[in-house]
Amino acid sequence: MLINKRLILAHFWLAFAVFGLALILGAWQMFVRSPFNAWHFNPEFYYRSVTAHGSAMGYVFPTLIAMGFGYAITEATLEKPLVGVRWAWAGFALVAVGAVVAMIPVSLGLASVLYTFYPPMVGNPFYYIGVVMVVVGSWIWVALMSINLMIWKRDNPDRPVPLAMFANVAGSYLWGWTAVGAALEIIFLILPVALGLRSTIDAGLARVFFSWTLHAIVYFWLIPTYIAYYTIFPRAIGGRLYSDAMARISFILFVVVAMPIGVHHLFADPQVGAGFKFMHSVFTGLVTLPTLLTIFTICASAEIASRLRGGRGAFGWVRALPWQNPIMLATALSLVMLGFGGAGGIINMSYQLDATIHNTQWITGHFHLIFGGAIVIMYFAIAYDLWPHLTGRAMDHFGLMRTQLWLWFIGMIVTTFPWHYVGILGMPRRMAFYDYANPAISPQTFSVGMSAVGGLILLTSGVLFFVVLIRGQRAERSDAGAYRFSVPIHMPARIPVALNSFGLWLTLMVGLTVVNYGYPIAQLLVLKQTNVPAIYVGASR
Amino acid sequence: MTTESDSHLGEAVAARIERRWATLSIVVVGVLVGMAIFIGIDHATMPQGHVETADPKTLHLTGEFIESNLGSAMEADGSVTVRAIGQQYSFTPQCIVVPSETPVTLRATSADAVHGLLIEGTNINTMLVPGYVSELPVRFKAPGEHAMPCQEFCGIGHQGMWAKVKVVDKTAFLRMMASRRRLSCVD
Ligand SMILES: [Cu+2]
Ligand SMILES: [Cu+2]
Repeated sequence: MLINKRLILAHFWLAFAVFGLALILGAWQMFVRSPFNAWHFNPEFYYRSVTAHGSAMGYVFPTLIAMGFGYAITEATLEKPLVGVRWAWAGFALVAVGAVVAMIPVSLGLASVLYTFYPPMVGNPFYYIGVVMVVVGSWIWVALMSINLMIWKRDNPDRPVPLAMFANVAGSYLWGWTAVGAALEIIFLILPVALGLRSTIDAGLARVFFSWTLHAIVYFWLIPTYIAYYTIFPRAIGGRLYSDAMARISFILFVVVAMPIGVHHLFADPQVGAGFKFMHSVFTGLVTLPTLLTIFTICASAEIASRLRGGRGAFGWVRALPWQNPIMLATALSLVMLGFGGAGGIINMSYQLDATIHNTQWITGHFHLIFGGAIVIMYFAIAYDLWPHLTGRAMDHFGLMRTQLWLWFIGMIVTTFPWHYVGILGMPRRMAFYDYANPAISPQTFSVGMSAVGGLILLTSGVLFFVVLIRGQRAERSDAGAYRFSVPIHMPARIPVALNSFGLWLTLMVGLTVVNYGYPIAQLLVLKQTNVPAIYVGASR
Repeated sequence: MTTESDSHLGEAVAARIERRWATLSIVVVGVLVGMAIFIGIDHATMPQGHVETADPKTLHLTGEFIESNLGSAMEADGSVTVRAIGQQYSFTPQCIVVPSETPVTLRATSADAVHGLLIEGTNINTMLVPGYVSELPVRFKAPGEHAMPCQEFCGIGHQGMWAKVKVVDKTAFLRMMASRRRLSCVD
């Protein structure tokens, strides 16, 4: 049962509003840097826009989705009202105000440092303060998830924690700890400089702190998607979840191994030695495991649903799936994008192959395919699934939803495949424009043009998404019934303590992070003469 | 009709298939990681082993990155060392000359922001972080020209930060080097 519907809806609406604005910026960026743009423009606008697009899409949008979905899961699975509703609204307000506080200096061109910060470039302090407010707001959510679970466990000592809630709390812990890296970077390194208390900064150390956040943040974005795979998809297509235990193992693996691997973002950096790069490379290999397990469980669950509907044959069952169901379609398209994106990710994880594509358009293509594609398409699916329960109104424009999902998928492929290709050719990323007359760049003209077309398709799909949501908000009243998650085929009578609690896994998560990050950080703290003069961005000081 | 024993049987089958898949996944990941380890050790394509510092405030006054020392230098063992710096928004030298089929050591750093250095058509790709020295062993197969853009956002002029690498035949390089202590192709 969903009780605090307004709280949940507020999170989703703000998330999608931010997403819509950032999507427009993204499409504009694609256009101005493409060969279609014949006009001159100030490159500074481009970097402003990239900063806003990245900060909104990376920090605000997925965080609000995870929070809103988390509250919905809490009430639906624990079957009682959320504890700490006032705190939840306070967290929401912090995120909303923080986003505005951060975006004002960005839009004024006072903080064009991109969402990855890039010290020694330092922007207006309010940009960083805004980002910290967003993070602190989300930490309130982390605490609430943990408290609600604890209270429920105390009241229900013999019942296994429902899978969706288990996964949701796993995701909240993952985020709580991974955000610490960037928080340390901002609070101890960047903010003192931005506020003018210091004028030098250790750029290498800052990058190490940031990498602690930068990789695992992707898994934080991913967790609502995986929750949807495991606990919405099988129910939505009239089937059951293949395995409850494997799902828990996958989420636990994310918690444990998502963090101590971020140095793979620093393979080409001089401030971390080969040993730890190697360690992180190996751990990055491990993090493919939960995804491989998930792909199996979800495909097996789909097969069960199909056979229940009369699907037959070794592959013939695929045709018997309910393809007209938007959740079915979204999940299938998401898995295809996850497959391509994951294959690209395996290339990035090895130092040797990474050297070819590091910081090229390949990387932009990679994370847009994974995040913008595989992950965000399931955010749409979550909204479609949840909306009737939140609004109490019917949502039955299935044809429109399918068109929207297809366009998103096609747009993502048309955008990211050419990016991967020009990346292999060596096109650097994050450039405001390219001189297409330069013989070194001219072979990439067509591909960059293609990706701009993809941006336009994505924008169209985004518009359709809002049409569906608004229509859903205005439809006739209808009772969608209680919100439920999938049940496994074999409901385990008892669940081992390890798969029903987090103590051990959180210890491992923190322990492994300390082991894998402790030395590189300590080494840089001890090393002399690594502080360099800050470069203030924007304002003339 | 499902009986109790049917359900147990089904559960056992499901668990068995699942275990097989998990084993297969672990093997696949093991092979991939193993390959990376093998290539790293056997072909010695490992990242820079040690952390070296360079102070960007005094780069132009003292040490190996003073302007007169930048460019390509011949070493006693027949290898070549290329020293370069990145700054907003150019490299010094803007045009690097190297011989083909010769071991080259690239040493570079940044004088201000974080920059990157990528030589198109090769696997040469490294970050330049102010305060630290990046060192990379490289080897160019054939003569030719490569674009060398900065691949990291370094400020509002980032899109204009493109340099060039000219790979010349080894004998031609030695001829050019004969009269010079440091070589570049900036005209
Ligand atoms: Cu990563
Ligand atoms: Cu640059």
